[in-house]
Amino acid sequence: MPQRTMVEALNLALDEALGGDDQVCLMGQDIGVNGGVFRVTKDLQAKYGDDRVMDAPLAECGIIGTAVGMAVYGMKPVAEIQFSGFTMQAFDQIEQNMARLRNRTQGRFPIQMVMRTPYGGGIRAVEHHSESREAYWAHTPGLKVVIPSGPRNARALLAASIQDPDPVIFYEPKSIYRAFREDVPDEPEVMPLGTAEVVRPGADVTIISYGAMMRPAREAIDDLAEIHGVDAEFIDLLSISPIDTETLLESVSKTGRCIIVHEGHQTCGVGAEIAARLAEGGAFQYLVAPIRRLTAADIPFPYFQIEQHFLPDADDIITAALELMEWT
Amino acid sequence: MPEAENPIDASRRPREAASPPSQSGEFDPKSIDLGRIECLQILNERGELDEGLKPDFSDDDLLRVHRAMVLSRAFDARMLAMQRQGQMGTFAPNIGQEACMIGQVWPLGTEDWFSPSYRAFGAQIWRGWSMERLMTLWAGYHEGFPPPEGVNDLPFSIVIGSHVLPAAGIAMAMRRANDPHCVVVNFGDGAFSQGAVAEALNFAAVDNAPVVFVCENNGWAISTPLTKQTGNDILAARGVGYGVHAIRVDGNDILAMMTAMTEACDRARRGEGPTLVEAITFRMSLHTTADDPTVYRDEALVEPWKDRCPIKRFESWLVRTGRLDPTDGDRIREECEQDVLEARTRFRESAEAHPRAAFDHLYESMPPELEAQRMAYLRRLDRKGVE
Repeated sequence: MPQRTMVEALNLALDEALGGDDQVCLMGQDIGVNGGVFRVTKDLQAKYGDDRVMDAPLAECGIIGTAVGMAVYGMKPVAEIQFSGFTMQAFDQIEQNMARLRNRTQGRFPIQMVMRTPYGGGIRAVEHHSESREAYWAHTPGLKVVIPSGPRNARALLAASIQDPDPVIFYEPKSIYRAFREDVPDEPEVMPLGTAEVVRPGADVTIISYGAMMRPAREAIDDLAEIHGVDAEFIDLLSISPIDTETLLESVSKTGRCIIVHEGHQTCGVGAEIAARLAEGGAFQYLVAPIRRLTAADIPFPYFQIEQHFLPDADDIITAALELMEWT
Repeated sequence: MPEAENPIDASRRPREAASPPSQSGEFDPKSIDLGRIECLQILNERGELDEGLKPDFSDDDLLRVHRAMVLSRAFDARMLAMQRQGQMGTFAPNIGQEACMIGQVWPLGTEDWFSPSYRAFGAQIWRGWSMERLMTLWAGYHEGFPPPEGVNDLPFSIVIGSHVLPAAGIAMAMRRANDPHCVVVNFGDGAFSQGAVAEALNFAAVDNAPVVFVCENNGWAISTPLTKQTGNDILAARGVGYGVHAIRVDGNDILAMMTAMTEACDRARRGEGPTLVEAITFRMSLHTTADDPTVYRDEALVEPWKDRCPIKRFESWLVRTGRLDPTDGDRIREECEQDVLEARTRFRESAEAHPRAAFDHLYESMPPELEAQRMAYLRRLDRKGVE
């Protein structure tokens, strides 16, 4: 099976979508000849032409707003916003039209489109290039929010997002765009949206994460098992909206301990929502320790000389897990 | 040989003061140095036709358009009465803008698209929205929101100007599909301050998309006059800035509106790209039923525009040219009033809220968490005895 980076896997998914459905089109800044600033759309314009792989003017609101119009007409646009920090420019079109035109027209105009955008820190980037604001979109009724964690699920989830009849926000963890390779088959592969994956079963503590934070979490879980004798269950959320509450409840009801790890800010973040669901949803009675959130603090993402101190790492996760293990 | 004047210097030269959006003085668009931007008026406010610009519309078309304008005004008046009687939600009257309304959708067929602002009753009725549907919508029933089957219209948007980009996007998709039709989108002078509207012009120009942008410049955005909205009150000039063909039109002259819109739509359909039509008109009434213009607007500013009434001017010409009898105007007004009352009856008989359907249209397939919320909501309705 071919080994691919996430960038290559995403490129494969887009190539397949363009090749398989004439209504699919891509639009975004510098996605044509340049192939996108991260090369996710490399060579696609040459293959499908500049009407289907369109270099958009430098206006995020315009990209999303016109993509919505294309979807109204029946196309299936996949819009790229160059960095998720720039999606704020498009907030109005996402909120007013992408997310709710279907509802406003009682189903007459479904909006089958995807907004792809790289998110997250760790690449020593300039300001506004490191945000993780996925919670905004999870808070907006009408959207689905998807975040892959590796090349294989990135390809399969992007394929599913493009085929999904509802609008999808697809956040790509750019710090692991090229960090590692995985087996990604040449044959089409699609994963269902809305389902979390239990990556590693365990008995002592449930660690829930997604996106780029899956890497330090995996490192922590290996150390917990090998060095500290703690058997952690590891869940990759994959879908931020909807959240697969069922899988989370089942796990935490079993382990009685839960740590949620993400790059987004803490207040009203994804971790807050998960903690509330666990408390409301029947895991409460099985908890032997308080739920812990390891997240970015509620300050703007710091400039890159100190960013390594800002995001949760494996050591934070190990420390938190060992603290929770003291509760019996 | 004299040196050619620097266009920047030319643009800095003080303009003649009598620009149409100023709310006093004689309406004389031809006095303005518009550079590349023409201003079209065919029927002046005294109902006199510019014979050199005489358009070629059939009598039947002219009478249909007249009736549509009268119906729009009758509908407007009835909606206002209903709102004052507590039977209607907040809405935005269109009175005085009937020529803009009908003229901008006049060239459209069923395969063309229209994306209206919320001040566009007349245009929506012309497009095939029943009056009872519009009443249902403004009275707060979700069922009034989707366009009727077979009508390619977007629902209007309350966030000012947010419907303009999707309209441009539809046109971009049409060009890609080799669809030989076009999109008309309308918005006001206030909306033109929104960045999203500027982006729409730019995207459409770059893409050569078949869309006609109609800026209904009615001089007011709630309490803000055009002079506080822009440093250049010739809004059509922005079309030039984006490479979009631009024209100003006397928006109270239905013949000029029909002519300019026909040309603009044909240009779009021929693949020659977008047009910006600035239709100069005036907001005769309230912004919406939630405000009182006497607080912020000198009523004297409204006076001169009463003589520029688009219906009066058109009707007097129709009568003078023998297309209508002198008594026909009042007869048509009565018939339209009757049509509106019948629509009101149908609205009262049919409007029905469906609280149990509140969750039904958000997603194609409902996520489990939302389904759980829906079940809780339905149990709550059960507890309260709501059907």
